[in-house]
Amino acid sequence: MRLPPQAGERLDRSRQLTFSFRGRPVSAFPGDTIGSALFAAGRRVFSRSFKYHRPRGLLCCSGACPNCMMTVDGTPNVRVCVEPVRDGTIVQPQNVLGSLDHDLLSVVDRVGRPFTPVGFYYRTMIRPRGLWPYYEKFLRNVAGLGRIDKHAGRQGRYDTEHRTVDVLVIGGGHSGLQAARQAAERGDEVLLVDEHAPPEQPDGFELIAPGRAIGIYEGGLVPIDAGHVLFRVRAKRIVVATGVVEQPLLFPGNDLVGVMLPNAVRRLTRDWSIKPGDRAVIVAADERALEVAEDLEHAGIEVAEVVDLRGRNPQAIEAIGSRGRLRQVVVDRVAIHCDLLVASGSPQPAYSLLAQAGATIAYDASRGIFVPTDLPPGVEAVGRVTGETGAVAVPRASYDGAGGEKCFVCICEDVSEKDVKRALAEGFDSIELAKRYTTVTMGPCQGRICQLAAVRLYAREQETDESAIGTTTARPPWSPVTLGVLAGRGHEPAKRTSIHHRHKELGATMMWTGDWRRPYGYGDPQAEATNVHEAVGVIDVSTLGKLLVLGPDAAAFLERLYPNRFADLKTGRIRYGVLSTDAGRIMDDGTICAPGDEQFYVTTTSTGSEGVLEWFEWWNAVWGMDVEIVNVTGALAAVNVAGPRARELLARLTSTDVSNEALKYLDARQAHVAGVPCLILRIGFVGELGYELHCPSPHGEDLWDMLLAHGADLGARPFGLEAQRLLRLEKQHIIVGQDTDSESNALAANMPWIVKFEKDDFVGKWALEHVRDNGNREHLVGFEMANATVPPEGGQVVRGGRATGRVTSARWSPTLGKTIGLAWLPPELAEEDAEFEIRVDGRLEPARVRLRPFFDPDGERLRS
Amino acid sequence: MSFLLTCPNCGPRDVNEFAYAGEVTTRPVGGASLRELTDYVYFRRNVAGVQREWWHHRFGCERWFLAERDTRTNEVLRVELPGPAETGAAHEPEVPETPAV
Repeated sequence: MRLPPQAGERLDRSRQLTFSFRGRPVSAFPGDTIGSALFAAGRRVFSRSFKYHRPRGLLCCSGACPNCMMTVDGTPNVRVCVEPVRDGTIVQPQNVLGSLDHDLLSVVDRVGRPFTPVGFYYRTMIRPRGLWPYYEKFLRNVAGLGRIDKHAGRQGRYDTEHRTVDVLVIGGGHSGLQAARQAAERGDEVLLVDEHAPPEQPDGFELIAPGRAIGIYEGGLVPIDAGHVLFRVRAKRIVVATGVVEQPLLFPGNDLVGVMLPNAVRRLTRDWSIKPGDRAVIVAADERALEVAEDLEHAGIEVAEVVDLRGRNPQAIEAIGSRGRLRQVVVDRVAIHCDLLVASGSPQPAYSLLAQAGATIAYDASRGIFVPTDLPPGVEAVGRVTGETGAVAVPRASYDGAGGEKCFVCICEDVSEKDVKRALAEGFDSIELAKRYTTVTMGPCQGRICQLAAVRLYAREQETDESAIGTTTARPPWSPVTLGVLAGRGHEPAKRTSIHHRHKELGATMMWTGDWRRPYGYGDPQAEATNVHEAVGVIDVSTLGKLLVLGPDAAAFLERLYPNRFADLKTGRIRYGVLSTDAGRIMDDGTICAPGDEQFYVTTTSTGSEGVLEWFEWWNAVWGMDVEIVNVTGALAAVNVAGPRARELLARLTSTDVSNEALKYLDARQAHVAGVPCLILRIGFVGELGYELHCPSPHGEDLWDMLLAHGADLGARPFGLEAQRLLRLEKQHIIVGQDTDSESNALAANMPWIVKFEKDDFVGKWALEHVRDNGNREHLVGFEMANATVPPEGGQVVRGGRATGRVTSARWSPTLGKTIGLAWLPPELAEEDAEFEIRVDGRLEPARVRLRPFFDPDGERLRS
Repeated sequence: MSFLLTCPNCGPRDVNEFAYAGEVTTRPVGGASLRELTDYVYFRRNVAGVQREWWHHRFGCERWFLAERDTRTNEVLRVELPGPAETGAAHEPEVPETPAV
């Protein structure tokens, strides 16, 4: 099939490459594309069409049309006509049942005619409604494109690279290369991108090829898909040299295998030295397309007839085939036998990128094409994309035939001339509406080879001109792009505390909390909780957000931010605080202590630290107070030591007086513990005597080891998040985000004691005043179950058959011997001993309100 | 959005580095009516034109700053760090009149 070696061919005939197609080896030369190698090996049918499963062959050979899409190494919808051959590639056809030459689904084309007009399934398959999923599944299987392997996972690595250059040239044809060279000679930094591998190495400028400009976005951003890298390019000057797209003609049989655009013939014969047929007919509207006759003759193909539309515009053109392959062409009733029909309407400038950048697209009636005008600043067009196409005939919107064959407007989605006429008759008369109804221009070619044809057809049918019809809006992506390249590298960053490796060594089950990896437990969470009640437990709480608020206005700043009072917080004391928005909603909570004058140490929830930091910084910017905020979350580790024997353990490791008189509940003290400088916070989230030890991160592991080693005989054991959640629930301590949501306020969350209405102002004051004066719709209260059932989080609270609330937390407490939880209830239910029911697995289980902490309700153990 | 935004601290950067925090609002002072308070909390002017707004250089210097941006074109006319003069005394950011469009 190959012609003898010729000058200018892109092949390196000294070597051979082999890839597999449907499991059989196909040989190729370096320089071949998968498409050219298959064609050289005798393949003519490259795909089956979207709806009718008609055989389709090479049409454009330049990556524009959908006809050669195959699955290459598992990637569907690869246009093999432009995909370079690599050794060992596995190529499979797609959208066929059987083989490309004998596709069992082609029965749709023969019997399906009454069932397959545009919009058929919208109208027909909507009733009965319940059947649609089955219809849909069936349709997805018989119609469509390639399939992705849903279980394949991430293949390869995708990266993003940001680039800034003086000049970006899109398109490496004659004009593009010239523009790039000129700019480079002027000393500009130039980047040129082209869809194909270049024949020559660039001189003085950088080249990305193969690469595709996806669009021109706001601010002149041009993302370029270069396979596994997405370049985000910003240029002072963007030169668009995307050239033209040859347009197919509309005539019956225009999709037969053997009908090609001139450029396809040019590439097959010149680049790959392949003879595309034996006997050819040419129908063309411009000089450049007609020149293809010379290529054909050079390749030894007989040119039976040339129809120059500039001189003679026939009324009727029809391609007649058998088994989907072209056999003859009938031009105005004169039949010509041939196996190749080179047919093209006018060359349409590929204006899409320019239109995205803001250019106006105007119809040029004398040449029958749309041309870009009024380019925005910083964007230029050179070469044929500007509309410099020479003398061009305007072809008919469609040519008549005897009526035997379908005439396709859109080969991507199998939309025929008849379908478009029907859509117009149904009233879809605007091009944007008709596009959505018929799906013309919405297929893989994205209008490259069907938009102009569709516009011409609308104009003729509506007896108006093309400029009145206009074009559809050009939007990115201009070229198909894989989702992988848009997604970029698979980042799943994890934050780990400085004690992380100790948890792993202790056999912890790790879990995600926001970005953090934290121990869920060390095997038996309930036993861990019991150990905290009976002996002493240690938990890594390094994930807490930690902020230093410093400066002369620090106290006033916190006073304004929190509903609590801080002006009177003495040095060395701690206060629990809840942050509120101006809408009165709880945004975070934590403890605030005053280690020294004009110094506050603020802790936040583990997942809220970044939000709180931004919140603090923003209010500081608004108020302009004399305050510095320092984020020390990562710099400090923290370990909570809790349980009745916590003091005994701490006393072994520090020389500071940790007696109940010297270090009271809610006292803070700076001291060395096990030789590590620590800030000791005596607080009690888990309900037992407890000390939070905050120290520099590098010492975290050491401190942890010392606590466990010196507390071994006291029963010191680590406990995880699950145990902590149970322990805090026994105390009815809330977790922001778990027990509260974006609607919750501090009064409704049962914490009226933190809200100091007597303060002049604080963020959220008016909203909370409004809540105080008008009452809450619901309250957060504790409850216990009458039996051992543990209701799910989010479980429905039912009273008198009506849903009236929801469960936010629930656990079985081995210490209490019952199931306890927190729930949002309407005010009339939020009374001690009120009874209600919770839906669990469809059953209703009885529960009872408990307003006070389940464990140590008076906090005696905390203060002991 | 893909325009460049100039951080007063770091210079022009891709807008994806920043967090947008909405138009500059005036927090009512004591004695405001419920209506005024509700407007402050829930209502925005949603200007089609030049708007004064807050930005945070989240993936950069983490500074908060003010920008004047045309919401129709994303053209940024001015950026500045908030100054004590603007947010001082009554702590009220000054909101320039926005041209009607």
